[in-house]
Amino acid sequence: MTTVLEPTPAAPARSGDPGLLRRPTHPTGIWSWVTTVDHKRIGVLYGVTAFFFFLVGGGEALLIRLQLAKPNGTVLSAEMYNQIFTMHGTTMIFLVVMPISAAFFNYLVPLQVGARDVAFPRLNAFSYWTFLFGGIFLYSSFLLGGAPDGGWFGYAPNTSITYSPGHNIDFWVFGLLILGIASTVGALNLIVTLLNMRAPGMTLMKMPVFSWMTLISSFLILFAMPVITVALFLLMFDRLFGSNFFNPAAGGDPVLWQHLFWLFGHPEVYILILPAMGMVSEILPVFSRKPLFGYPVMVFSAVAIGFMGWGVWVHHMFSVGLGPVAVSAFSVSTMFIAVPTGVKIFNWLATIWKGSLRFTTAMLFALGFIGMFTIGGLSGVTHSISPHDRQQTDTYYVVAHFHYVLFGGALFGIMGGIYYWFPKIFGYLLNERLGKLNFWTWLIGFNMTFAPMHLIGLRGMPRRIYTYDSSLGVNGLNMLATVGSFIIAFSVLVFLYNVLYSCTRHRVPAGADPWDARTLEWMTSSPPPDYNFDEVPEVHSLDELWHRKYSEDENGRLVPIGGGRAGPSEADLLTGRALAPAGDGNGHGTGDHARGRQPHPTAHELGIHMPSPSYYPILTALAIPIISYGFLYGRTSGSHYVVTVLGILLLFGSLYAWGMEPSAEPEEPHDEHHDDGQPALVGATAGELEAGEGDQAPDGDDGGASA
Amino acid sequence: MTTDSATVAPPAADHGESHGHVTNTGLSNEKLAMWAFLGSECLLFGALISTYFLYRGKSISGPTTKQIYDIPYTSVSSFVLLMSSLTMVLALAAIQRGDHRRLRVWLVCTALLGASFIAGQVYEFTSFIREGLTIKTNLFGSSFFVLTGFHGVHVTLGIIMLLSLWNLSLRGKLPQSKSEVVEIAGLYWHFVDVVWIVIFTVVYLIPSGK
Repeated sequence: MTTVLEPTPAAPARSGDPGLLRRPTHPTGIWSWVTTVDHKRIGVLYGVTAFFFFLVGGGEALLIRLQLAKPNGTVLSAEMYNQIFTMHGTTMIFLVVMPISAAFFNYLVPLQVGARDVAFPRLNAFSYWTFLFGGIFLYSSFLLGGAPDGGWFGYAPNTSITYSPGHNIDFWVFGLLILGIASTVGALNLIVTLLNMRAPGMTLMKMPVFSWMTLISSFLILFAMPVITVALFLLMFDRLFGSNFFNPAAGGDPVLWQHLFWLFGHPEVYILILPAMGMVSEILPVFSRKPLFGYPVMVFSAVAIGFMGWGVWVHHMFSVGLGPVAVSAFSVSTMFIAVPTGVKIFNWLATIWKGSLRFTTAMLFALGFIGMFTIGGLSGVTHSISPHDRQQTDTYYVVAHFHYVLFGGALFGIMGGIYYWFPKIFGYLLNERLGKLNFWTWLIGFNMTFAPMHLIGLRGMPRRIYTYDSSLGVNGLNMLATVGSFIIAFSVLVFLYNVLYSCTRHRVPAGADPWDARTLEWMTSSPPPDYNFDEVPEVHSLDELWHRKYSEDENGRLVPIGGGRAGPSEADLLTGRALAPAGDGNGHGTGDHARGRQPHPTAHELGIHMPSPSYYPILTALAIPIISYGFLYGRTSGSHYVVTVLGILLLFGSLYAWGMEPSAEPEEPHDEHHDDGQPALVGATAGELEAGEGDQAPDGDDGGASA
Repeated sequence: MTTDSATVAPPAADHGESHGHVTNTGLSNEKLAMWAFLGSECLLFGALISTYFLYRGKSISGPTTKQIYDIPYTSVSSFVLLMSSLTMVLALAAIQRGDHRRLRVWLVCTALLGASFIAGQVYEFTSFIREGLTIKTNLFGSSFFVLTGFHGVHVTLGIIMLLSLWNLSLRGKLPQSKSEVVEIAGLYWHFVDVVWIVIFTVVYLIPSGK
């Protein structure tokens, strides 16, 4: 994508203790991206990579729909079908929705809370590279003998060596372990950033909702990932070293796998949806010109979801036969978790109630989210009634349900987020006309694909089966769903064209605050300079930027501060035409300039000390798939463990060099004695000093654990 | 939670003190990250210990706990590990006073105690294997070796951490102003010890009934 940062004069590459590699100093070009520690660049990398995987996962979905378009389809063999649906699910969850959320977390959180970067910039780069290598590792399976084929849930003992002797499942096990490391480290970073690095005056209850949702999903990631890590470890030991955890012949209990997997799997559902809820909660108030209705209730209901999400996992297991007490208890808890979600939906409705609505594309996607997510939520409640659930288990009704929450929910929210924040990230507005075409084809295609699946499921078509018989009476509905899926594909093409069109042929510079928005990220220029804010803003209220732009007269009407030129006119807002750039010099009396595309002073000129780029995050991340390949092939031939050993050496070597490298290079070439005065760390880069135990421990452990 | 503080210190003139600027919580980023990481670790060991619990007494064939445990032996090695927490505290106290020589003495002591524990574990594992219990033998073997082995890997990483600190200190790169690095390593070390108390109780001391 575009390189949005201005070249900065290369800082002198001096270090008191030169490591193995010279400190990278590339301001632009590919190496600047490989070694970057800037949260905004890492956010863009996350977003672009995840979108690429979205296209791959979408391609897999189209293959599935082609196979199922007609009864007894012949597009895919049974084996290939298993691989494709497994990879579709695994990709969309671990390589698309989670990392796209991570892209927004990374880009927006420091901007929203007024920080210069995340707490551990190099650790942030490490998370991204680990995610990328994990994705490549998973997909390398297609070239190395076959992709995972046990479903994204990998039920044991079907995934045990007896029933899945190939390497397919090994790729899945190690791939998810690698991705788990990436998510855990990323979550740790964001938690520390949000708890520790908010701008002066920003109490937790003045923090933007999106940042709150980030915090809650990060805690869910932090606590859910170790559970699946253990499940995957047990399976790995079964497969590689012959332990008996899921071996019924030795008394092992396959239900243990299900408990561990779904104890992770249900919080995971909220990990996927809470970020989208946060995006919608930012978009609706801006385009309604009203504050979010019931901000504290929104926060507390999300916290409630975060806690209750741990007490509903058995509803994925109602047909296992756990007995009436367990099933009843989890039925009730599942019904109950709909309450905080319902509270959120009513708060969103109250937010737009009597607002001055602007139906921009972002707003349309946010409204689409509310509608589609509500349908998915309601079909979810039907599953809490266990007799009903038994009837629907493993049918297409379930497929319809979770696509309504994950596509109708998460992806609608994410698309809204892309349209809303694209101008901030790249400096140009996306075209609204194409955007609306994108939205309507997306909405129609989505409903055409997944609404019929309710009926297909109710009529008894099982999921995960590669063909169906024409006597089942679902031929027409399946064809409808297939046509719908191609409408979604068209919509994605429209989106891609829109990005291309808006960034090349028809550029509309966004200015700092094109939407007349409410939160801090709109106070700085689009795209922001690498140090984010010239001066860190002092926060006095929730919706800080809004209160800097508007006050109220005695009748409660909005009055722009400073002569009514702070935002688009009311008429423009009502007609939805208020998309012209607000222009440069749109400084909101903050001392911060909205310079548009004019060159910024460098961080150096402003005396802001930013973290320096580094080679070690990518090197450390590279070691992890190498270790995994070694283990994977070590199962069939012990000599391959040499690769594992090499990987471990690389891991410890680069971790050590990382630990010895200061987070930021000293600004001036000052004296060579670093023994007493450590390199100064001003700015947001508190962390990662020298030994950096904070980093070393998590990486070391995860790496060692997968060893 | 008070938030009258900035993370971003004024530019320049701030050289020297690395943890000088104030955070929202008052804890440094590194320490907060370690606490959060240990929270995550609780779930990791929690899931492993639950697995062990679930499979307690469920093995179809022997040998199991009673035939194989040497409780006095493991009690001694547990005592050794717990003593290492004491020397860790002494190491932290030493650097906080600026006594770098004692810091190094206690760091090495802690690492050696940890290493003795690991040596004990290796001996225990090999003697179990000689008596016919491997990870493949039965459910007890699988869950025992994976749980205690996992803990052993954590102790080993802790030892590497301690020796790195010792090495830093030898080279004069661990000044008194950075005593927090030792404190954070200590948090990890104490956590690993506390987990061992739970494992020792659950795995060795509570009789499995069979």
